[in-house]
Amino acid sequence: MSDVTLSEKTVAELHELAGRYPQARSALLPMLHLVQAEAGHVTNEGIEVCADILGLTAAEVSGVATFYTMYKRRPMGKHHVGVCTNTLCAVMGGDLIFERLKDHLDVGNDETTDDGAVTLEHLECNAACDFAPVMMVNWEFFDNQTPESAVELVDKLRAGDTVQATRGATITSWREAERVLAGFEDGLVDEGPTAAGASLAGLEIAHEKGWSAPPLDGTAGGTKTSAATDDKMAAVEEADTSRAETETEIEQSPADTAKEGNDD
Amino acid sequence: MTDTLTPVLSADWGTDRAWTRETYESTGGYDALKKALTMTPDDVITLVKDSGLRGRGGAGFPTGMKWSFIPQGDGKPHYLVVNADESEPGTCKDIPLMMASPHTLVEGVIISAYAIRAEKAFIYVRGEVLHVVRRLRAAVREAYEAGYLGKNVLGSGVDVDLVIHAGAGAYICGEETALLDSLEGRRGQPRLRPPFPAVEGLYACPTVINNVESIASVPSIVNGGIEWFGSMGTEKSKGYTLYSLSGHVKRPGQYEAPLGITLRQLLELGGGMRDGAELKFWTPGGSSTPILTAEHLDVPLDYEGVGAAGSMLGTKALQVFDQTTSVVRAVLRWTEFYKHESCGKCTPCREGTWWLVQALQRLDAGQGQEGDLELLVDLCENVLGRSFCALGDGATSPITSGIQHFREEFEAGMHTPSSELFPPMASTLFVTESVGGAS
Repeated sequence: MSDVTLSEKTVAELHELAGRYPQARSALLPMLHLVQAEAGHVTNEGIEVCADILGLTAAEVSGVATFYTMYKRRPMGKHHVGVCTNTLCAVMGGDLIFERLKDHLDVGNDETTDDGAVTLEHLECNAACDFAPVMMVNWEFFDNQTPESAVELVDKLRAGDTVQATRGATITSWREAERVLAGFEDGLVDEGPTAAGASLAGLEIAHEKGWSAPPLDGTAGGTKTSAATDDKMAAVEEADTSRAETETEIEQSPADTAKEGNDD
Repeated sequence: MTDTLTPVLSADWGTDRAWTRETYESTGGYDALKKALTMTPDDVITLVKDSGLRGRGGAGFPTGMKWSFIPQGDGKPHYLVVNADESEPGTCKDIPLMMASPHTLVEGVIISAYAIRAEKAFIYVRGEVLHVVRRLRAAVREAYEAGYLGKNVLGSGVDVDLVIHAGAGAYICGEETALLDSLEGRRGQPRLRPPFPAVEGLYACPTVINNVESIASVPSIVNGGIEWFGSMGTEKSKGYTLYSLSGHVKRPGQYEAPLGITLRQLLELGGGMRDGAELKFWTPGGSSTPILTAEHLDVPLDYEGVGAAGSMLGTKALQVFDQTTSVVRAVLRWTEFYKHESCGKCTPCREGTWWLVQALQRLDAGQGQEGDLELLVDLCENVLGRSFCALGDGATSPITSGIQHFREEFEAGMHTPSSELFPPMASTLFVTESVGGAS
């Protein structure tokens, strides 16, 4: 693999990211996003450079890079096209959309078209279930898709036409998106709506019916309501999970007196 | 009696450019911060505690109580971490909130950091939502420019820094201790507790981790007061919350209502199920909460009500499926998700989800073997409660509840593929005939 050499500017930006955190290693995820933005994927060189900056071994950085699905160890297409095939989107049509796109683009999952324009991948839930079936292009939302709209979308991307997300900005490229995720703004924040479609369902109904939250009484710190729970064990009984339950053990936990130390 | 829907967090989602500081301030934005800074940090904690606000990320633990666990005067830095890794299947409330009104969250962060005496806060947002990351970064930049963040916030002598940190694709990082490991630049794997994050969290320092919606609710509580907040909701589940309706319904979307509304009410508001559809099963709070059926339409959707019905309120992600949907197919797909997202640290979860998928694949294909149902139930019993975090527990929920309510469909998997019993095309949104007439 012939890795592109990271520019001095990029290396300087990697250092800058490391400086944003109380402990530099916290910047590793953003740094790997930046490596992808510059090199097109997580390259061996990128891993070495991150390791060098953070005082880690390449194996440690590699272990992180291979844990997260957004990091790619192979060159990517210009655009990343994702189709949600988690249960709800799958049932509502996501499975059919994904099948159609594989067929239309003649690629399998996590593969790139011959022209290098599109890498296709099926996704887990992307937090837009009220817009199912959902697709993502370079991690921008494309809501309420059909097999036909999906084909039209990828054809436009391959032709280099301008495409705008349903709730988001004009599509740039996967690499430019990675740069924003790494921590650098791209000036597109003001594109797209505040909210749209299903996000507004309840608000629109409330407006139609004249419903609203009660007016603010402005007496913060007022009298204590009777049901507010003061008792920790009662709070546990009310809380949903055993995970919450363990929180109450803090006070009698030996951890109270434990000295600092890494627990990994 | 409050109105059926009570938009607070979503009140300005229909407003043009609501994501800008200018628009946010024009409707009273950052007034709560100014008010909070006139209170002592302990008074802010007490206020949130007495409001009855409970965590909106799933567990429902009282937010103010979580804050009060932070040791004070310990000489260590304190950290506030907002869990914006919204990834639980079905859950889609925090993403539109941060897209539309990022300053609500930023204001909540500053007030909360002040309360727990944290000078550094992080919003850990999943990486797969580019435009949300843009809106958050811009909101933080604007908040620094206005003196809401940084050194000496609004002349109060308090310092608060806020970093927007994008994740990289891992459901497990929504688990709070895995999130901390990830935020420290490691693989996102859960930690053994104790020590709890309140004592040894980020960088082994006292740390509060709260869901986006919980923190975003704080400014309204400071502005409105505990009586106002408590005038909505039920006795033990106070306030308003975002319900996310999705699936085979006429009008999917975000419905902000007092806690305790029912699915029947929400469906009626949105015009009911799609044409010809009958409710078959639904999740009250994401895929990790046991599924419910039409007999649970009138269960109050608060922490107690859903718990009494044998499930959990979770993230209030109401995924609704009609009679065209195969329970076996749905449960298999969720299980494949948990298998894919298991971090691999604990054996019962790592291996158990793998074996669960094998058995479910057979049943989905109509090639189930004698004893497969018993095997599934036995595997679930061996996964449940045997790992560091709740991912494995969540993986068992759809299976055990699915078998409980729809055992005959799993039994049919001994001889008939799910796709024959429930042709997938009939479940899609682009099916041509009315679903009532299909099959």
